[in-house]
Amino acid sequence: MTLLYSLLILLMLISGIAALIFDKLVNSIISAGMVSLIAAFLFYFLRAPDVAMAEAAIGTGLSTAIFIITLYKTEGRGN
Amino acid sequence: MNFRKILALITIILLGIFILQAFLIIPEKGEIALNNFGKADIENRTAQLYIDKSVNSTNEQVIYKESKDKESGSANIVTSIVANYRALDTLGEVTVLFLAATGLSAILYNKKHAKSNFILKEDSFILKNGIKILFPLLILAGSYIIIYGHLSPGGSFQGGAVIATAFLLKLLSSKEYELDENILKIIEVTAGVSFVSIGLYGLYAEGSFLTNFLETGTIANLFSGGIVPIIYITIGLKVAVELTNIINDLMKA
Repeated sequence: MTLLYSLLILLMLISGIAALIFDKLVNSIISAGMVSLIAAFLFYFLRAPDVAMAEAAIGTGLSTAIFIITLYKTEGRGN
Repeated sequence: MNFRKILALITIILLGIFILQAFLIIPEKGEIALNNFGKADIENRTAQLYIDKSVNSTNEQVIYKESKDKESGSANIVTSIVANYRALDTLGEVTVLFLAATGLSAILYNKKHAKSNFILKEDSFILKNGIKILFPLLILAGSYIIIYGHLSPGGSFQGGAVIATAFLLKLLSSKEYELDENILKIIEVTAGVSFVSIGLYGLYAEGSFLTNFLETGTIANLFSGGIVPIIYITIGLKVAVELTNIINDLMKA
């Protein structure tokens, strides 16, 4: 189990850094959503299903959508 | 580097030292130490009282489907804290969300009320018909999470977010789909007012705001927990409508 946690945390770090590095903002937003998704998995494995549900629904679903809508509304095609 | 940056750096370093020195405190006998993580005596701490569901009376073991008339009758410990022991905090949280939604509406208010061409020029067949199947399932899942919030993991905030996601997909799928803002308004107001009136009835009947005034029943039955499921349904409706409204405003802006 420790190996799985380490792998998930490593993936989370990689996607977090990737969100900073990407040139296109759309890619950064998807990458930031990925951080939330892995965090939700981690919460579930660490026996906090309530928080995992909130993270999956709000962090991965709604906030990513809100960011993307805002980006398209403000910058045209999100370059 | 100008003067203000140096000042900010010094302030942050001082605050950091102030926070980190908590780890160096050596506790007196009987005090709870910060540096002994996992070794604290939890028998006498508040968390254990919440798990035993008896803050005021004697500690007995809670048995699933057998224990009756506990202080907080909800099987999910998180729910018994969020909607019962700390329900006032939840009222504050809902107010914060309401203010955020109101502020966003005030900034993004658009007189034309027309969804401008967003992402797709014409309705995509797969998106439209796929969401026709997904939409009722998502609403069902959200309602289940809200209504069973006092028994299983989840609750009003999670369920409300799932319902809002369903409406987000519906809004994405078709340009003709419009939400009736008056209905949203009525649901939001009714849910908020009933939450506060349940709290006020507790004040009238038992002497303090948001007290449980109904029978708590047997733990892990659907009809148990007194006012907890009712409060959760009102908060769930409120959260769902507010998040849907935020998305609707953003789409129309």
